[in-house]
Formats: sequence, structure tokens, C-alpha cells
Amino acid sequence: MSTATALPPPSTLVGRKLPRWTPAALVAGALAIAGVLAVLGPADSIEGFVLWTGSLFLIGQTVASFAVEGGRHARDRLVTSLIYTSFVITVIPLVSVLILTIKNGMARFDSSFFSSSLRNIAATNAGGGAYHALVGTIEQVLIATAFAVPVGIFVAIYLVEFGTGRFARTVSTFVDVMTGLPSIVAGLFILSFWILALGQGYSGFAGALALAILMLPIVVRSTEEMLRLVPDALREASYALGVPRWKTIVRIVIPTALPGIVTGVMLGVARVAGETAPVLLVTFGTNSINTDPFSGPQSSLPLFVYQQAGLPNQVAIDRAWTGALTLILFVMLLNLAARLVTYFWRARMGR
Amino acid sequence: MAKRIEIESLSCFYGNFKAVEDVTLSVEPKSVTAFIGPSGCGKSTVLRALNRMHEVTPGAHVTGRVLLDQDDIYGPGVDPVQVRRTIGMVFQRPNPFPTMSVLDNVVAGLRLNGMKKKSTLAEVAERSLRGAGLWDEVKDRLHRPGAGLSGGQQQRVCIARAIAVQPQVLLMDEPCSALDPISTLAIEDLIAQLRDQYTIVIVTHNMQQASRVSERTGFFNISGVGQPGKLIEMDSTHKIFSNPTEKRTEDYVTGRFG
Repeated sequence: MSTATALPPPSTLVGRKLPRWTPAALVAGALAIAGVLAVLGPADSIEGFVLWTGSLFLIGQTVASFAVEGGRHARDRLVTSLIYTSFVITVIPLVSVLILTIKNGMARFDSSFFSSSLRNIAATNAGGGAYHALVGTIEQVLIATAFAVPVGIFVAIYLVEFGTGRFARTVSTFVDVMTGLPSIVAGLFILSFWILALGQGYSGFAGALALAILMLPIVVRSTEEMLRLVPDALREASYALGVPRWKTIVRIVIPTALPGIVTGVMLGVARVAGETAPVLLVTFGTNSINTDPFSGPQSSLPLFVYQQAGLPNQVAIDRAWTGALTLILFVMLLNLAARLVTYFWRARMGR
Repeated sequence: MAKRIEIESLSCFYGNFKAVEDVTLSVEPKSVTAFIGPSGCGKSTVLRALNRMHEVTPGAHVTGRVLLDQDDIYGPGVDPVQVRRTIGMVFQRPNPFPTMSVLDNVVAGLRLNGMKKKSTLAEVAERSLRGAGLWDEVKDRLHRPGAGLSGGQQQRVCIARAIAVQPQVLLMDEPCSALDPISTLAIEDLIAQLRDQYTIVIVTHNMQQASRVSERTGFFNISGVGQPGKLIEMDSTHKIFSNPTEKRTEDYVTGRFG
């Protein structure tokens, strides 16, 4: 029996690692060097300072890791840092748009903004509100949704459950083409077809038709993706119980895909709620409250923002900012509502 | 209520590819018939042809006749939906409907075919779950999602779902291949009980399982890649596993397959 307790031999599976404080030290070092550069000149601005700090950190970390840990770990650290950087770069514009809109929009975010229109409010007058535009946006988006969602879901069902051969491929191609359709073209189509050819007047309904055209391909594509995700095993299980095909689709396939379909519809709503061009062409816009979408010019929030922002006057520009904030809130509320519906749906199913 | 199945020179196709050639066999009522054979030999395809699930795959079709007692299920004007109400099926992977609770899963066949009466549905659910040997395990969570059960329990929910519509025949496509031995034992016990009421056809890769649960066994094989599968031999299970007529059957069941 040996009394000497020899240390276990170092594991061959454990490589050399940089100490945990290395990234913090490297950030400190990069900040210091960038600070010196800022004083000396080359990094003499906030952007320059940030860029220099980031680049120095990336280079320093890669070199240190390469020397100590080896090539694979160095690449791992480099790519990880790049991915985080990309994430931050992506989020910056989103956050800054939100902050800017909230900051500038709060000036007129008051009760009269949501209770009065721009009737008898001249460009230079303070006061006034976007009630007429909010009503217009809600009505137009709802009507567009009422058109685009049923048609879109039926097209998606056709493509996934029934469509084979040339006709289905043609439909699919046209949906792709529609996805890329510039919104002004949709507006021009309704203008020339509904208003000029059929002789209908400017109305919120005409705007809703143009929005429906824009919404349709988004609903089709997202619903199609979701229906394709439903496993065939569920369809076969239903068929094997002697359930007809249509009932399988209505009672099994669509409920299974519903959360995804709702998300797709909300994407479509968010897309069209902010459209200006088609609405501008076919609803004409008005400063008065018009709750009837089927007759007479109607306004909408994007149109309101566009028109107010073009006026050379701070009170109008304030109104535009608040209009933009209202639009963001409208879309966010709709999104939240849809998420809640999906959440409770899933909770009911216990997932 | 169990019915006999007569298969007469059945060939199954996927598009132009002939997957199974000229199968003729009969399935006795109120008994368990097993189909065994290597992967790709067409045994599952034949099984799916028995309740017209084969044609669900685009381009798939069959020739020949499948008689359910006297009626050809491939006869002119036969509604596949009606056939499937008579001949139920359990699949390889448990596939409970994810949007439904345990209870709703079991009565899905009835409810989707128009039965609305709550008391009847509850009755059928209990009877089917008891029939599937699952009632005691799930009676306290009937309203929880079916997907939350273990794999073996899910498969028994699927069996309960299949027998809830009171089919004449129950087809099982490798019902235990995704399950552990304990769950497999539960399913095999269940099959032993169900044979008193139903005509059961089971496809299995597991030869011990075939010898445990079935009275008659059919051995399928293919002569090579791209060749159609054929029924080599069909006989009592005891004969197939102890003294088969065909050399190929003997090679397969004794493990000398090659």
C-alpha cells in the first residue's frame, strides 16, 4: 500500500483556457487605447471611438485566444462577437425609431388629439386631432382584413391540400409576384379599375380594396408555411377514423396551424396599416370625420402623417409625430391582441 | 361484428413503381394476423391498402380485389370514407391530435362525424379507454392535452380512438416500434384482449412479437432493390416459426437472412 498520494495526471482532454476576466480586461484595454486615439485625433468622435474600441477588442481577443487556446476557440470567440455585434446593429434603428417617435409624439399625445378632427384647423393653427384618421385606418384595415384573410386562407388550403400540377404552380408563382408588388401599383390598379373604369367615388372602401391586394400574398404565404408544418400523420389519423377530407382540414389541420396563421395575419395587418401610397390615390383624404367607408373621401393615419409632416409649421409637425406614434401603438396593440389569442389558444391546448 | 378479409391478386403501385405484386391471402375474423418481412418488402403498403389509406399518397393506386366479407372495398362507387369507418387503423408513431385533450382525442372519430350528445361521448370515451387498458391511468386527466402523455400511453389513446368508432377490423402498422418494452407489453396484452371482438392485422418487424400475438403469419419479401414485394408464405404462426414450407421463410425467421 502506497502512502504517497500522487496528484492525478492532468487530463489530456483539458486544453489551455483564457482566464475568465480576459474579455473585461480586453474591453478596458480597447477603451484606453481608443481614448488615447481620441485625444490624439483619429478617434475624435463618438462613432470613431465606438468603432475603434470594437475593432481593437475584436482583434485583441482573437489574437489572445489564438495564442493561448488555439485556432478553433479563436474563431469561435470571433464569430460569437460578430453575431452579438450584428444583433446590436439590428436593434439600434428599431429602438431609436421608437424613442424618437415617443419623444416627439408626446407633445400632442392628449385627449383632444383622439377626439377631434382637422376640420376648420388651418395649417398654422394649433389643436386639432387625428380622430378622423384613426377611424379611417381602423375601418380600412378591418375591411381589407375581411377580404384578404378568408381568400388568403382558402388559397393556402388549395395550394397545400389540393393543389397539384400546373395550375397550382401558376397560382403559387402569382402569389410570389404579388408579394413583390409595389404598393403604389396596387393603388393605381384600384384607381383605374374601381374609380375610373367602374365609376365609383373616392372612399375608404376603395382604399381597403387596395390594402387587401397588398395583404393577400402575405396571408397566403404565411398560412401556406403553417399548413405545411402540420404533420401528415395527423391527416392520416383523421382519415383512418373515417373523417372526410374537408372535415379533416377544418377540424384538424387548421386548428393545429392556427397560432401560426394568426401571426401571419398580424404581419399582413401591420404591413398594410402603414401604407400611404395606395390610400393617398383612392381615398382622397379629408380633414373631416367620415365614419362611412363606402362613400366620400376618408383619411387614414399614414395619410394624416404624410400631409401634416409636409406642412412648414411646428404645430403640424407635432401632429404628424403623434400620428406616427398612434400608428405604431395601433399595430402594437393589434399584435398584442393576436399574441394573447394565440397564447390562450395554446394554454387551452396545454402546450 | 368482426369481418373476414379476402385479398385477391392485389398489386400496389406508387406512380409507375410496382411496390407489391400479386398478393392473395385471407384474414380470419376475430383473430390476429401478423405480416412480417424485411424493410421495404411491402407489408405496410398491403396493410394500408386494406382501408384505402394507400391511395392518400399522391399517385398511389392498386389493382386486384379486397373483399370485406362479400363487398369489394375497391369496387366501383365505394366511398373510401365509409371503408375507413369500418376498418380502423393504428399507426407506427403515436399521433394524437395536438389540439385536443385526451377525451377529445378518443371521441374525435365520433364527434367529427357528427355525434354531439355529451353523455354518449363520455360513455364511449370511458368504454374505449377501458378497452385500451388506459382508463385508470388517465381518468384524472381526461381534459389535459393528449400530447402530454408518455409514448406508450399516447399509442393506447390512439388505439382507444380507433376502437371508439367501433370498426369491424383494426389494422396496426408497427404499433410498438416507437415504444419501450414495458409499453410494448401493455399493447400486446391489449391486442390479446381485443382479438375476441375484432379482426386484427398487425405489421411488425419484431418476430417475437408476431409469434406472441398472432394466430396466422404472412411472410413478405423482395428479391432485390426495385423489385416488387411478394407474399412468400402464409400459414399458422406456429408453422411459420417452427417448420415453414419455404426456404426463404426459414432463413428469415431463424436469422439467416442474407
